[in-house]
Amino acid sequence: MKKYDVIIIGAGSVGVPAALSLAKNKVKVLVIDALASPGQGQNKKAIGGIRATHSDKGKIFTSQRSIEIFSTWKEVHGDDIGWIQNGYSFPAYTDEDAKKLKDLMKIQKSFNLDIDWLTPEEYLKIVPGINKKNLGGATYSPKDGSASPLLTINAFYFKSLEYGAEYKFKEKVEAITISSDSDIKIKTDKDEYTAAKVINAAGNAAREMGQMIGLDFPVEPDSHEGAITEPVQRFFGPMIVDLRPSQDPATEDSANFYFYQNNEGQVIFCLTPKHLMKGTDSEATSVFLPQVAKRMVALFPKLANLKVRRTWRGQYPMTPDGFPIVGETKEFPNFINAIGMCGQGYMLGPGLGELLTRIVTCELTQDDIDVLKHFNLYRDFSGIEQFK
Amino acid sequence: MTENRINAHPILDIPRKETISFYWNKSKLVGKKNEMISSALFANNIKIFGHHHKDGSAQGIFCANGQCAKCTVIANGIPVKACMTAVKENMIVESVEGLPKLPDVDKKPKISNIEHINTDVLIIGGGPAGLSAAIQLDDHQINTILVDDKDKLGGKLVLQTHKFFGSVEDSHAGMRGMDIGGMLAQKIEESTSINVWKNSTALYVFDDKKVGILKDGVYKIVTPKVILNAAGAREKFLRFNGNSLPGVYGAGAFQTLVNRDLIKPTEKLFIIGGGNVGIIAGYHALQAGINVVGLCEALPECGGYKVHEDKLKRLGVPIYTSHSIVSANGKESVSSVTIAGIDKNFQVIEGTDKTFECDTILIAVGLESVSEFTEEARSAGIKVFSAGDASEIAEASSAMFNGKIAGLKVVQHFKPDTKEIPESWYEKADILKSHPGPVQKLEVPVNEKGIFPVIHCKQEIPCNPCSTICPEGSIQMQGDPIKGLPKFNGDCKGCMKCLTICPGLAITLVDYRKDKDNPMVFLPYEISNFEVKKGDDIALVDVDGNPLGTYTALGAKATKESNRTRIVRVRVPKEIAKKVVAFTIQGKEVTRELTEKIPHDHIQDDEVVCLCERVTAGEIRDLVRKGITDMNQIKAISRAGMGPCGYKTCENLMKQIFWAEKTARKDIVNNIRRPLYIEVPLGKFANGGQ
Repeated sequence: MKKYDVIIIGAGSVGVPAALSLAKNKVKVLVIDALASPGQGQNKKAIGGIRATHSDKGKIFTSQRSIEIFSTWKEVHGDDIGWIQNGYSFPAYTDEDAKKLKDLMKIQKSFNLDIDWLTPEEYLKIVPGINKKNLGGATYSPKDGSASPLLTINAFYFKSLEYGAEYKFKEKVEAITISSDSDIKIKTDKDEYTAAKVINAAGNAAREMGQMIGLDFPVEPDSHEGAITEPVQRFFGPMIVDLRPSQDPATEDSANFYFYQNNEGQVIFCLTPKHLMKGTDSEATSVFLPQVAKRMVALFPKLANLKVRRTWRGQYPMTPDGFPIVGETKEFPNFINAIGMCGQGYMLGPGLGELLTRIVTCELTQDDIDVLKHFNLYRDFSGIEQFK
Repeated sequence: MTENRINAHPILDIPRKETISFYWNKSKLVGKKNEMISSALFANNIKIFGHHHKDGSAQGIFCANGQCAKCTVIANGIPVKACMTAVKENMIVESVEGLPKLPDVDKKPKISNIEHINTDVLIIGGGPAGLSAAIQLDDHQINTILVDDKDKLGGKLVLQTHKFFGSVEDSHAGMRGMDIGGMLAQKIEESTSINVWKNSTALYVFDDKKVGILKDGVYKIVTPKVILNAAGAREKFLRFNGNSLPGVYGAGAFQTLVNRDLIKPTEKLFIIGGGNVGIIAGYHALQAGINVVGLCEALPECGGYKVHEDKLKRLGVPIYTSHSIVSANGKESVSSVTIAGIDKNFQVIEGTDKTFECDTILIAVGLESVSEFTEEARSAGIKVFSAGDASEIAEASSAMFNGKIAGLKVVQHFKPDTKEIPESWYEKADILKSHPGPVQKLEVPVNEKGIFPVIHCKQEIPCNPCSTICPEGSIQMQGDPIKGLPKFNGDCKGCMKCLTICPGLAITLVDYRKDKDNPMVFLPYEISNFEVKKGDDIALVDVDGNPLGTYTALGAKATKESNRTRIVRVRVPKEIAKKVVAFTIQGKEVTRELTEKIPHDHIQDDEVVCLCERVTAGEIRDLVRKGITDMNQIKAISRAGMGPCGYKTCENLMKQIFWAEKTARKDIVNNIRRPLYIEVPLGKFANGGQ
């Protein structure tokens, strides 16, 4: 039986950057995934937005480190991952939203987040053509950006191979044998492996992994649909997040929606449905495009002529409060979770990868300890993430 | 003025159409009212529509069917597919140079709900299979919506100027494809239970059992109880140097330009692929007055019907079997083609390359089913049937018959007490889709008196009109009544019916009655660019195109019954009378090999795999050599398959690279296709026109 320091379950948004960071730190690591290549679960469904504009220290700190990794990747390693620093913006069309956003800004600024309030005039300069009616201004975080999840995960993957990480694809984990004081055994449908520590980065299947060792992790996937257009010349700057729930009776079943123009010139968009579609079915529904199109065209009329190229459906592995679950389990300190990313695995991944490495190598900093409090499995999950 | 138009055609009527003015990159041009922008541009000899934003490569027509976006132009400020957008008076059309600019919008956007419609049956595709199925559904008054993305029903039938093979009784053999299309379409248009949606593209069968359809530019959501997929086929493509040059495209695109839009897109054509599609495209080209420089086929024999192939050979088109294309040469458009002999492993044989001058290369290397609607419907849990090419690639005659069967199966689904489909129908369906048999020796009648037909048909194919039409009952099928070889045995009154109905133009009549030493031979003929009249010298050939000498035509005319086929009369010595089948029309100068060297900068080095995202075979090969076996990973890294056409063209080419690199087939993971396969403006989803 092959022996490793760490086995990561899941070659996705979190598993691959974790493997990269661990391997770089000379940890002997194996990643196991049921699918055929890296990022074939929910990673490739991510639209590619990367922000540190969150509402808590945990995600702000983690994402800030992620942004450092994303933004310098090309410089350091040479390959283009499609990173552009186009920023994030949250326009406010009601006084209530303006107040909510401005209040949040105070907390965000306290964690050194680069964020400012733009007047409607200032905002129109970076998003020319957006609906002016009732626009009260917008927050703007210029350091945020976007990149291609597809290119990123492959860049991380190939780099991790260079550092010595190993991968087993098309292998499904069938059993985990664990005790608190010895190596963990993992049995797949093809082979058996053992490691001192295991990282559960199984995304949609995170709960299932817990059940194999008799633990229950509160992670439940629900579906979100996204789409991408043809490429055109750049015509606006930042990610636009419209926080308003739909006012239209025909589309009232949606909460916020968001879109940006990526490095290729394509607009990518996504919408949060109000009625959750639970489960892992990934076939597109007829509801999404009409629902999101009405809202996008009303907000930004110019988009009406932009052709939709492709649409897809993926899952957010959700926790009850919208924050991830990261850290050791009490029952089995050698079983570490990095699960329940709530749709933010891609942007949190690189930062989490390093944090997980420090957990494994027992080198946690005070900031890490603070961050992990927000991601603690044993919290009461009563809070609600403002930017879910 | 407009030049590249077909002004005379032996089969097609040339309607007078109102002309309009439009602008192309600031110059004023003339087009025909409501023709597609692409055709208006081709008519004005404009074949490069822009340059790709990735590498500046020239872009032009490729599918002419709305399936890709290679023909994108800017029309009145908005990027559109030139092949699917009608040109309008004073329209400002511009080439796309790099990424297009999204125009500003001042008006308040139109927003309204999308209409939802229920139906018992949704038929996707109004071609031979869909229409034949619809006739059955109409007979049983089943509430049906039939969608087709063109403005005229009939599918590819409307492009077929030649007479059809198959069985007279079951698939209208002997009629021209376009006339069959018109007849079926009329039946459906007059029907009471079939709701015909033309100009309507089915986008996707969604997971919630609903089908998104863009109907005449307005988005609709249809909920059918049953789907019948009759969406036809798409053409396969090939890898070779220069394969992405404008001027390299499929036979379907060619037939659309020529036979639908009456455009002469090329002066000199070379065809890759000796199946029926390629051979027929060559025949259509000749009918339209286009020179066909040659046709090459990778296998030692053409896969198409022998009578089709012979027809082309006799007219003077060289057919190079065991040859493959090496490169399309030219800087921004095709100026010549290089082919070479290949061995049994399809490897090029050194020193056998030949180069020919041509401006267009047709790729006709096979079809694959548009099966996605079937798969989507299954995945969504909707009862689905399929017919025609969408189910299995075969001739249109077969599509009509199995469309009829599929239609009756749908009827049975709704009305279980409908009578069973007879077992013999399935047997007949198998015969109609059967592949041609081996070539047999020609049996020439020994008789040298009176008048009788000589049937130059030496391969079993599903085709029987000659035996059906003979009023004397003197032509019998040997063996199978559809597939057997026809044989003349009995009386002949010289009515010429067998001669004019034969789709292969493989029947002549020999008349010894006036001069038994120099009998009159009657030959079928339907090419216009080479007009033959009384007194002209014609170079007669035998069945395989071998010369028999030059003789004077004594007449050439179409009769009321000959359905636009002319009958050419010629008197020849009895020694060759039964050998004469046709006469050559293309001179050797058209098909001559080029001797001068092609300048190096006229040979593109890259074999492009993904035309949309400009991904080369080299890039894919490198990834395969890294050990990648998941096509999704290749897509993620290279963007191959992420373009507007959605993997329609590159999927097969990528697989070929895997196979060539000896990746085990069981290890290859297929890409996951996602909608939409056809790009649709976002505004269409926001406004249901309500």
